[in-house]
Amino acid sequence: MAKPIAQYFEDVRETRVWRSIFRSGTGASTLHRALAIQQNVFLHLLSTKVRRRMLSFSATWYLGTLTFGTFLILVVTGVLLMLYYHPSVPQAYADTKDLQFVVSSGLFLRNLHRWSAHAMVFLVFAHMFKVFYRGAYRAPREFNWVIGIILLLVTLLLSYTGYLLPWDQLAFWAITVGSNIASAVPLMGNKIHFLLLGGNAVNANALLRFYVLHCMILPLTAIFLIAIHFWRIRKDGGLYAHHSEPATLRAQEAKEVR
Amino acid sequence: MAEEKHTNGEPGADLNRREFFVRLGLGSLGIAAAGTVAFGYQFLSPNVLYEPSPIINAGKPESYALDSVTLDVNSGIYIIHSKEGFFSLSAVCTHLGCLTAWKPDSGIIACPCHGSKFKRDGEKIEGPAPRPLPWKRVWLSEDGDLMVDRSVDIRPMEFVRV
Repeated sequence: MAKPIAQYFEDVRETRVWRSIFRSGTGASTLHRALAIQQNVFLHLLSTKVRRRMLSFSATWYLGTLTFGTFLILVVTGVLLMLYYHPSVPQAYADTKDLQFVVSSGLFLRNLHRWSAHAMVFLVFAHMFKVFYRGAYRAPREFNWVIGIILLLVTLLLSYTGYLLPWDQLAFWAITVGSNIASAVPLMGNKIHFLLLGGNAVNANALLRFYVLHCMILPLTAIFLIAIHFWRIRKDGGLYAHHSEPATLRAQEAKEVR
Repeated sequence: MAEEKHTNGEPGADLNRREFFVRLGLGSLGIAAAGTVAFGYQFLSPNVLYEPSPIINAGKPESYALDSVTLDVNSGIYIIHSKEGFFSLSAVCTHLGCLTAWKPDSGIIACPCHGSKFKRDGEKIEGPAPRPLPWKRVWLSEDGDLMVDRSVDIRPMEFVRV
C-alpha cells in the first residue's frame, strides 16, 4: 500500500548514513527538535526555541534574514564572476564587457550581483531603522548593535571597493574622489590615501588592492561578524519582543504591586 | 618550606620570579607586536612605483597660439600661452581630484564633479575647492621644447618667455 510522503522522509532519517551525519536523532519531541538545532554546527548559533509569534512577518519584517539572503547571493555570484575577471589594467574592463556580452549567463550573474548589492545596502539600513525604532538596541543588546554598525560599515566598504572593479570612467573617477576624501583625515590623511591606493593615483596597484579587499578581506570580516551577530541574538535572550522583555515585565509587576 | 621573598629595597625587587617572567614575556610580546605593526606598514607602502614620470614634454612653444589654454588630458596639466609668457597649471581639482576643463566661452576653468570654478591663472572663483590650482615648474629643454615638472609647485606669476 502507498505510504504517506512524510513516511519516506522519516525512513531516510532513520538510515544509518543519515544518523551518522546528523547526531541528534529523529522524533517530534521537544527534546529532539531542540537537539536538531543545538547539535548542528551552523544552526547552533541560533536559538533552540523561538516564540511562534516572533516568526511571523510582522515581528521583524524578516529584514535581517533578507539581508543575510542577499549576502549569500552576493558570495555565490561573486565567486562565479571571479572565474572570468582578471584584476589587471589591460584586462579588467574587457573582462567586464565579456561577462556582459560573451559569457553564457554572465549578464544575468553580473546583474544579479549588482542588484543584490543595492538590495543589501537598502536592507541593512531598513534593518537598522527597524531595530532602532523598536528600541531593540537597548541593554542587553547594546554590543550586538555595535557589531551591526560595524557590519553596516563593512557593507558600505564592500560596495565601494566593488565599484572600482569594472574599471570604467565611472569607477575611476568615483574612486579618485572617494580616496581623496580619505586624505582629508587630519595628519595621516595622505598616508592613508597612499596605502589605500598603493600609489599616488588610481592605477594598477589600486585595482589589485581593491580586488583583494572586495573578494577576500571584507567578505571574511563580514562572515566573522555575522556569526557573532547571530550568536548574540541567542545569548541576549532571543529576538526582541517588547511585551516579554525583562524590563517590561518588571515594570508591569511594580504597577500591579502598587 | 616558606616561600622566600627578597625585598631589599631596590627598584623592582618586590617581584617574585613568576611575576618577573610574566612581565618579561608580556614585554617581549609587546615589542613583537610593535615590530609587526612596523613591518606591516612598510610592507603595505610600495617602495617602487610604476607610475608615469612627473616630467612632461609639451612640445614646441610655437604650437600654442597666443592667449590659448591647452589641456593635456593624459598628464592632467594646462599649457597656457599668455601675453606675459608661458605657464602651466595643474588641471587636477584641489577639491577631490577630478580633471577640470577649460571653458573658452566664459573664459574660466570649471570642474565637472562638484562645480568649482577657477580663473585662467588658477585663482579660485567659487566652489568647494579649498585652494587655487597650483602652478607647475616650466622650462625650455635644450631642443627648445616646453618641459613641465608636475611634481614641483611654483609661486604664481612666474612666466617663461620664449
